[in-house]
Amino acid sequence: MKILEISKLLNAEICCGEDRVESEVCSACGSDMMSDVLAFVKDQAVLLTGLVNSQVIRTAEMMDMRCVVFVRNKKPSEEMLEIAKDSGIVVLTSPMRMYEACGTLYSNGLGIKGENESHE
Amino acid sequence: MSEPLVYTFAVDGDNFTSAGEASVKMKKNLRMLAISPDIIRRVAIAMYEGEINMVIHAGGGVATVSVYADKIEIVLKDNGPGIADVELAMREGFSTAPETIRNLGFGAGMGLPNMKKNTDSMSIESALGVGTTISMTVNL
Repeated sequence: MKILEISKLLNAEICCGEDRVESEVCSACGSDMMSDVLAFVKDQAVLLTGLVNSQVIRTAEMMDMRCVVFVRNKKPSEEMLEIAKDSGIVVLTSPMRMYEACGTLYSNGLGIKGENESHE
Repeated sequence: MSEPLVYTFAVDGDNFTSAGEASVKMKKNLRMLAISPDIIRRVAIAMYEGEINMVIHAGGGVATVSVYADKIEIVLKDNGPGIADVELAMREGFSTAPETIRNLGFGAGMGLPNMKKNTDSMSIESALGVGTTISMTVNL
């Protein structure tokens, strides 16, 4: 699924990374706990979260993620967007709540398994 | 054997916002060395977890990364309060991080176990009131 399609499905505003919205992503995860993202996530390219601070973007960068979606209309700071631009990460903000946003993407075919990870 | 490439970073303990900067820089350095993405990610995650720990618990410290022909060594040294019970600290879910840190998305007690999981070897030397040194190795 292209990041552009994600932004449309989630009725999201693109905060930065407009030049990368044609990128394809295969999987996503949702969490407000960055500790858990760092410990349990593998090969997921999109992070949906309601937590807004710089470490969200850094965590995504460490995990080689390509897109961060802030749910519940949370707005990232300019500083966070600068970090995201440096890392080549697309940042979206959606009015949807976490459950609805994850469900919408899942039901439209964006799964939980990365391209390098097989279904067990 | 040839000399390793050594990178040293000061980790600012007063600024949670800047935590992780050293790991981001190191990740870029490793990319330039054409190290495989999987290895880079493991090093980055382990170093980032350690960096966050240094900021949360120890008031910052120094991170040194040495790239050898066959391995990458990460040494995180701080002069913080030290770890009272290393075995307990290694247990998944155990955390002494304050509520303020949990509200920022960290402090789930997964940091040290995750550092171990992402590296091939890890050792912790800690003395109360003196500080902690964590040494990790990722084989190439």
